[in-house]
Amino acid sequence: MVDNYHKRVLLAHGGGGRLMANLIADKILPRFANETLQKLLDAATVHVGDANVLFTTDSFVIKPLFFHGGDIGKLAVCGTVNDLAVAGARPVALSLALIIEEGFEMELLDRILDSAAHAARAVGVAVVAGDTKVVERGAADGIFITTAGIGERIADLSTDAIEAGDVIIINGTIGDHGMAVMSQRKGIEFDTPIQSDCAALSPLTCAVLEAVDGVRFMRDATRGGVAAVLNEIAAAARRDIEITQTKLPVNAPVQAAADTLGFDLLDIANEGKVIMVLAQESADAALKVCTNHELGRDAAIIGRMLESAGPDAIVEMVTAIGGRRVVQMPYGRELPRIC
Amino acid sequence: MLNRIMKAQRLMDAACLRLGRSINVMEVCGTHTVSIFRNGIRPTLPQGLNLLSGPGCPVCVTDQGFIDLVLELAARGDCIIATYGDMVRVPGKSGSLETNHKADVRVVLSTDDALRLADLHPDKTVVFIAVGFETTTPATAVAVADAARRRLKNFCVLSGHKLVIPAMQTLLAEKNNQIDAFLCPGHVSVIIGSNAYLPIVEQFGRPCVVAGFEPMQVIEGIAEICRQLAQGTAEVVSIYEGVVRPEGNIKARQLMDKFFEPYDGCWRGLGKISGGTLRLKNQYARFDAMQRFGIEEIPAEEPRGCRCGEVLCGLASPVDCSMFESKCTPDTPVGPCMVSSEGACAAWYKYGRRRRRNG
Repeated sequence: MVDNYHKRVLLAHGGGGRLMANLIADKILPRFANETLQKLLDAATVHVGDANVLFTTDSFVIKPLFFHGGDIGKLAVCGTVNDLAVAGARPVALSLALIIEEGFEMELLDRILDSAAHAARAVGVAVVAGDTKVVERGAADGIFITTAGIGERIADLSTDAIEAGDVIIINGTIGDHGMAVMSQRKGIEFDTPIQSDCAALSPLTCAVLEAVDGVRFMRDATRGGVAAVLNEIAAAARRDIEITQTKLPVNAPVQAAADTLGFDLLDIANEGKVIMVLAQESADAALKVCTNHELGRDAAIIGRMLESAGPDAIVEMVTAIGGRRVVQMPYGRELPRIC
Repeated sequence: MLNRIMKAQRLMDAACLRLGRSINVMEVCGTHTVSIFRNGIRPTLPQGLNLLSGPGCPVCVTDQGFIDLVLELAARGDCIIATYGDMVRVPGKSGSLETNHKADVRVVLSTDDALRLADLHPDKTVVFIAVGFETTTPATAVAVADAARRRLKNFCVLSGHKLVIPAMQTLLAEKNNQIDAFLCPGHVSVIIGSNAYLPIVEQFGRPCVVAGFEPMQVIEGIAEICRQLAQGTAEVVSIYEGVVRPEGNIKARQLMDKFFEPYDGCWRGLGKISGGTLRLKNQYARFDAMQRFGIEEIPAEEPRGCRCGEVLCGLASPVDCSMFESKCTPDTPVGPCMVSSEGACAAWYKYGRRRRRNG
């Protein structure tokens, strides 16, 4: 539905929430209508000769460029690697395109590129193509990076395969990246700085897919956080989801920062977290693979797909005190509260 | 924790049984409202024990006339509007700060950020949109003190600061009010002290219980209210131990008194409240945006059909409003209770909208 309320693009239109979903549905999908794009998956399957190649792209415009636990270079590699990884692929190659603002310090560029190269090498992905543009002062904020990537399919994942009783696993603590960046941006310091979870997930996802059958679907919980991903899964699978608050892995300082600013950690971005939906009988084996892996030490089973089904499927949480509440799709731009 | 929950529930059940009618507890603070929804507390309460979300969200109680004033300043072109986050989405007569693409609007987390903006942009006047209760007022006072000391010329404050006690008194003075007791705000009480609620207990005989924002605090606060109601007493009790003192934060209160004075300002839904809003004292008039730009609060024009006013008074629930979920959503808010994340309507929409049919 095109609404007349928003005559111009708002920041919230890029926030990964409802507003962005509307923008994509109203403005983008109708113009490029094709079956592959329509699915809005993290990576698209493209048939090249006899091979099925997974293909994806992502842009990175983060502020600050350097944050505790990462920087825009690492993020640009990990983000695209993760989109391929959660689609059931082994990432093979990336392109890397830079838009740099005139006057950007060469030393910072060195650090960003070193970091990107290191991240790519660490997961065995080659950067095989690239582009460099410089724009005049003010036309970009320091540096923007776009990466695209291809991967080899190792598993066929789809929300269509999801059944009632399937369990939901997350590979670790939630909201770390968003709160690290936000607390740094807002100058809120803690004794131990909050670290972003920025990481390339393919070593973990490949390990799980190789060891366990019954993985139905995976998605990385970036913008919009775990709340957005769970709502997307519920909507696509047309099934309700129930999660348990006490099972959600949370870092205490991250929770404290979120409480200070009035945020719900479920809505906050991650850059190294994957939500997996698996057949119940595969859950324990998958959890074991995760907890034995450095990218999944705090992994936990956080919920399950319910019997009830329908087009208006919802996500509900059993709270720590035994209450229940709905987990909604976030709006898109989380605003700190006043007092 | 389970033991504490069960003990609290016994007190609640006993009160419901004893009174033999429904009990209405108003939580005055938006942070309580969010905690109640986010932690799923409502479904755990006995039937007949109702929570009313009161006028405790700073954005929600801000009158439409004030918003229009902010938009007027934003349209001038020579001002930078520095505001706390939630305010950017409140619709006025002509759009909001978020949709007004010409306005230079900066979301700040503190008054320090606003002062820094003034330093960075000497050619513009930074107008700090000062909203909030006694929790945020001292910070505004500090900023004005700082600006005065540094003789900062391009910084001023549009004050919509509100006082909690006059609002609670106004609600209870209303004949049809259905409020049995107040769950009093934790943060505000740190400043004003629990003694500040004594007049309410004495004048109106309603229990006032101060609680923090952890779910157990909220539950035990409600339980303490129930204990008092069952025994037919009304006292001020703080279970926010070690945080709220009877006299509050004297330094912060002195700071407020030095810079601000109460006047009869407009509250959304409640109208003019005697001594309910704060403005800068005369000797600081040069930092008062209204004085500096010679503007006046324009009479409020509430959006047609919006029931935020009744919601704020506990007379209607968000779902009673015909626009709730249809015309009015967090993406396209009509009234302020849907805009602020701490507003009752936004909390209902986000956390309580659809509950499973059978638990």
